[in-house]
Amino acid sequence: MTAQLRFQNLTLGYDRHPAVHHLDGSVPRGALMAVVGPNGAGKSTLFKGIVGMLAPLAGGIDRGGLKTRDIAYLPQAAELDRGFPINVYDLVAMGLWRRTGLFGGVGAKERERVHAAIAAVGLTGFEARPIGSLSGGQMQRVLFARLLLQDARLIVLDEPFTAIDSKTAADLFDLVRRWHAEERTVVAALHDIELVRANFPDVLLLAREPVAWGTAAEVLTADNLTKARRMCEAFDEAAAECAA
Amino acid sequence: MADRTMIYSSLIAPFAEFEFMRRALVGSFALALGGGPVGVFLMLRRMSLMGDAMSHAILPGAAIGFLVSGLSLFAMTAGGLIAGFVVAVLAGLVARTTELKEDASLAAFFLLSLAIGVTIVSMRGTNIDLLHVLFGSVLALDNPTLILIAGITSLSLVILALIWRPLVLECVDPNFLRSVSRAGAPAHIAFLALVVMNLVGGFHALGTLLAVGLMMLPAAAARFWARDISAMIAIAVALGIVSGFAGLLLSFHAGLPAGPAVILTAGVLYVGSLAFGSVGGLARRLVRRRHLEA
Repeated sequence: MTAQLRFQNLTLGYDRHPAVHHLDGSVPRGALMAVVGPNGAGKSTLFKGIVGMLAPLAGGIDRGGLKTRDIAYLPQAAELDRGFPINVYDLVAMGLWRRTGLFGGVGAKERERVHAAIAAVGLTGFEARPIGSLSGGQMQRVLFARLLLQDARLIVLDEPFTAIDSKTAADLFDLVRRWHAEERTVVAALHDIELVRANFPDVLLLAREPVAWGTAAEVLTADNLTKARRMCEAFDEAAAECAA
Repeated sequence: MADRTMIYSSLIAPFAEFEFMRRALVGSFALALGGGPVGVFLMLRRMSLMGDAMSHAILPGAAIGFLVSGLSLFAMTAGGLIAGFVVAVLAGLVARTTELKEDASLAAFFLLSLAIGVTIVSMRGTNIDLLHVLFGSVLALDNPTLILIAGITSLSLVILALIWRPLVLECVDPNFLRSVSRAGAPAHIAFLALVVMNLVGGFHALGTLLAVGLMMLPAAAARFWARDISAMIAIAVALGIVSGFAGLLLSFHAGLPAGPAVILTAGVLYVGSLAFGSVGGLARRLVRRRHLEA
């Protein structure tokens, strides 16, 4: 089993304060892995590191030959300007960037793919709607359609189902299953422990440091979850330099 | 027949008979064509006031050019471009390295620039020169100035076409752009350069105080007519062209100063759009109509 992601003594953080501390391990190609942990556990920080938006303070990440543009990333509460005059179709079509780049044309084949992606998230008929008129759940569907078009080997989802209705969450989770069936690697941060237990083969429990990493049954024990909550202390402004 | 003569004499004759009116018309068309799209992007990036600040910031540069070689096109253009870029870069640096936000640091820089610029011009020149620098001379555009303005417009449109995708994407979803491409930062810098260039172009015709008017007013008005960025830009350009044409006629017939008349017309179009625009105009909000079936 080859690794899609390998973390080597990885430390990520801000202003020299570690938010993810000494992470070792690897995510196999085609894995469906959930990252769980309390608020401030470093889940989003880890994801920014994975997609290359944050340089490691120490250690490194081996992305198995993927460049950052080959990774599809859905940030938590995407910082999107919802007031910008652009419609659903054009926003979804941005997912073709890897194929079209700065100047490449969008031909009939690409247009078909955009329509297919919009249909896959159940938004057919919404193509011409300005994004400002969408509900939160519809917006998340649009962003998933864009992820579909990105056609990435590695898909990183930061809290993709937070603050949306259960029907939308279920529909979008079907897409995640589809990606898994297509042997893409999916890494997702989630709060819903029951959803993780039922659907994710691999789980990383993170609390700034890895608490446990393995199958859902091994990791999601009451003991581990309590331990994770305790470990998530605040930054210490006067912390000494890490010796490890 | 009498009607036609009247239309001719009031709308067309001023331009047919007087060369300076034709030059002013060409100049303002070119400014509308380049400034419209730039203004729309400024507005959508919530940088409308930044355009205003930048237009003041080019003043000391132009003033130093004036100090060195009088009302010379080349010296004042070069000075304005340099000063504009310096202030844009400095304001960006201050915002990134200190606690001050970009708008506050820009405000500080442009007030300082305006004071320095007016002082320099007054030291050497007359009040007429000062008026020229502050309010421009759209009725006295000579060939080199027209070529400069047209050149700036052509270059702007080409650059805009090249950076269109990253620029739009950076406005809508900067994080996504960062994850797929490194074109964001270069596109942003190119865009700032476009702002400065168009302001320097506008500066010769309309002066530092009004140059930004033909950029921002049509853009703000266009927002009330379109939901789509391409349509918004087309409408902004059209409104700018109408402002140039109607403003010059207004100034000709009513004996008003030409630059302010053009901007006033643009302002009237803005207020009209605000009141009656089809997308979120005030009248639409006040008149309650029955809701639709679907």
